[in-house]
Amino acid sequence: MKELLSGNEAVARGAYEGGLHFAVAYPGTPSTEILENISKYKEIRSQWAVNEKTSMEIGLGASFGGAKTLIAMKHVGLNVAADPFFSIGYIGARGAIVIVTADDPGMHSSQNEQDNRNYARSAKIPMFEPTDSQETKEFVKIALGISEEYDTPVIIRITTRICHSKSIVEFNDRKEFPIKGYEKNVRKNLILPAHARILHKKAEERLIKLREYSNNFKYNTIEYNDKKIGIITSGISYQYVKEAMPNASVLKIGFSWPLPDKLIREFADNVETLYVVEENDPFMETEIKAMGINIIGKDIIPITNELNPRIVKEAFKTVEPFAPLDIKEKAPIRPPALCPGCPHTSVFRAINKLKLIATGDIGCYTLGALPPLSAMDTCVDMGASIGNAFGIEISQPKSDARKIVAVIGDSTFYHSGITGLIDVIYNKGKITLIILDNSITAMTGHQDNPGTGKTLMGEDTVKMDLKKLVEGLGIKHVYEINSYELEGVEELIKRETNRDEPSVIIARNPCVLLPEIRKKPKDKYRVDPDKCTGCQLCVKLGCPAISFDKSTKKASISEQYCVGCTLCVQSCKFDAINKIEGSL
Amino acid sequence: MNKRVIISGVGGQGILLASDILSDVCLKAGFDVKKSEVHGMSQRGGNVVSHVVFGEKVYSPLISEGDADVILSFEKVEALRNIDFVKKDGVMIINDLEIYPLPVSCGLADYPKNPIGEIKEHLKNVIVINGQEEAEKLGNIKVMNVILLGVLASHLDIDKDAFIQTIREKVPQKTIDLNLKAFDVGYNYKG
Repeated sequence: MKELLSGNEAVARGAYEGGLHFAVAYPGTPSTEILENISKYKEIRSQWAVNEKTSMEIGLGASFGGAKTLIAMKHVGLNVAADPFFSIGYIGARGAIVIVTADDPGMHSSQNEQDNRNYARSAKIPMFEPTDSQETKEFVKIALGISEEYDTPVIIRITTRICHSKSIVEFNDRKEFPIKGYEKNVRKNLILPAHARILHKKAEERLIKLREYSNNFKYNTIEYNDKKIGIITSGISYQYVKEAMPNASVLKIGFSWPLPDKLIREFADNVETLYVVEENDPFMETEIKAMGINIIGKDIIPITNELNPRIVKEAFKTVEPFAPLDIKEKAPIRPPALCPGCPHTSVFRAINKLKLIATGDIGCYTLGALPPLSAMDTCVDMGASIGNAFGIEISQPKSDARKIVAVIGDSTFYHSGITGLIDVIYNKGKITLIILDNSITAMTGHQDNPGTGKTLMGEDTVKMDLKKLVEGLGIKHVYEINSYELEGVEELIKRETNRDEPSVIIARNPCVLLPEIRKKPKDKYRVDPDKCTGCQLCVKLGCPAISFDKSTKKASISEQYCVGCTLCVQSCKFDAINKIEGSL
Repeated sequence: MNKRVIISGVGGQGILLASDILSDVCLKAGFDVKKSEVHGMSQRGGNVVSHVVFGEKVYSPLISEGDADVILSFEKVEALRNIDFVKKDGVMIINDLEIYPLPVSCGLADYPKNPIGEIKEHLKNVIVINGQEEAEKLGNIKVMNVILLGVLASHLDIDKDAFIQTIREKVPQKTIDLNLKAFDVGYNYKG
């Protein structure tokens, strides 16, 4: 059977065919659909973890028990998991461990474009880089095999254009393997310095064997054409090279750590000028240059942003530089925005009005930084809002300190906000933390989390009591509020930011995109043009359903987009916004 | 020769579904096919673009500037935004619809007065269709996307039956006839 699969779907299919027992991840674009798709195979136990570090630790535990395990994350997730990740590089894998890192060259939905191939080198862990969905599926299966054969975790490194591109994949059946079972082995699994010294040596010896594996790996292939130009490439860049330079000779590297040194030398000897085309860091280039081979890479290929066939053509000067038309500048930008009726709106409106310093975090609500809400000063990494707010508080002399709030979503709070809050309590901070609880991990497309009462595989589970949790940490002032009470939210934030003690506000309402919320019948509202004075208070909510006509100086509401949250009704001082009778 | 198609529009308009249908059609018609898009931020009312490339052997799923044979845009400004991608002798199919981005609706930016006119000054083959109006004529606004897909189909060398078969499989049973009628409206549209 043949089907069109995305790279993420292909990882799931490969895991299934390869006899995977267990998969774990924290959602993060562009990796999220890997676990969503694995969860469709009931033969595999799959679960969302609260963060990437716990994912990695649970995955390693499953491997201790002899289960074939897959751990998936976006590139920056591997930073969170880096501590256990480096240890696994020494410990190895009793049950297979496949770590999928989904990098994001071009930063389509990330805060940086770090190149996680560097992690393979640093942690002594072998790495595959597939070039399409078919290879992605095959490589996951091969990785499951060599992980146990060489007693090593294995990285599958994919990028956004692999994850979210579809190509044709041929299906095979699943192979079943029994779980080997747990076996105590402290010399391997308990990395005291005395054990680790021996394990490090073993890891280096393993890499030497894996270099030989790489030299013989059947997907590391030389395609000779015109030998004037020889290009070494890997991952999605291979596709761009093949399209842009159809006559060049190509060495495609599917197993890129350790690099196949003999194969590279053979290729270098047989072509006139050697090039390397890779996205972001000069990873292969540095290694190949260290082998004493002349190669041209980042001198012509950009180090920033993602590549495409044209960039490759321009680098090799086979086309003229592209001359863009200036008329497209007339297209106004269309930034993503908080949805009409988003329950986070009231909090950001209040922050803006009260002119607070607001440290932000990662999720849909980062969009509160954009005008007209403009209600966020910082956004750094998952959970950073709380530590950042506390640090600003410490650095500001009382005399000129503005009030400081940290804003975080429910899932991000579970991910890594809790530890920051403990720091605030322990070290006598006074910040106000606002947890935007929309009862779901919304940004990545509605994944369950400890606050939803459901697991990835759809089972009922304990639902975290956020208020009790925060109280249990030692916060005395914890308040829950309905986030659709515009004034109430503002008053509460005002009161709590004036308090000389730390406090937590839990602003609650479900995400408006949740299917059960979308299905509900809704009132619709409209602006009475006779009463509208053009004051634009409603416009300041940043609701995409509200527009303002500059010529008539009147606001209006799109009936199609209005979800009846009433925040604009509450904001209007002239009673100009009314329910459309019978609109329910 | 490979054909390169870009479908553009605004988050929530059904761009990804339309490109899913197109790539399934290509597979059914016996082509190699690749499709590329970006998820994530685009779900929140941002602009959305999907690339579909099909032919005998496809390498890059991503289409570069100046390489698209056809662009179908579900919204006018999004057509303008992607003008650089279409070939000089390529076709642009534009749905005559305005959706204001947030900076426009809150008065921080202006929606261009005549984006289609601007595009026509640079491009010979521009087809404009009022998808909503055509859909309303059929009594259901929801078939707008299938009408637009029909217009696109009429500019691609793919067997029409592959489209018909895929639509039959993808849409709810009760709406098959309506959707096939909508497809025909687009397919026979003379802009």
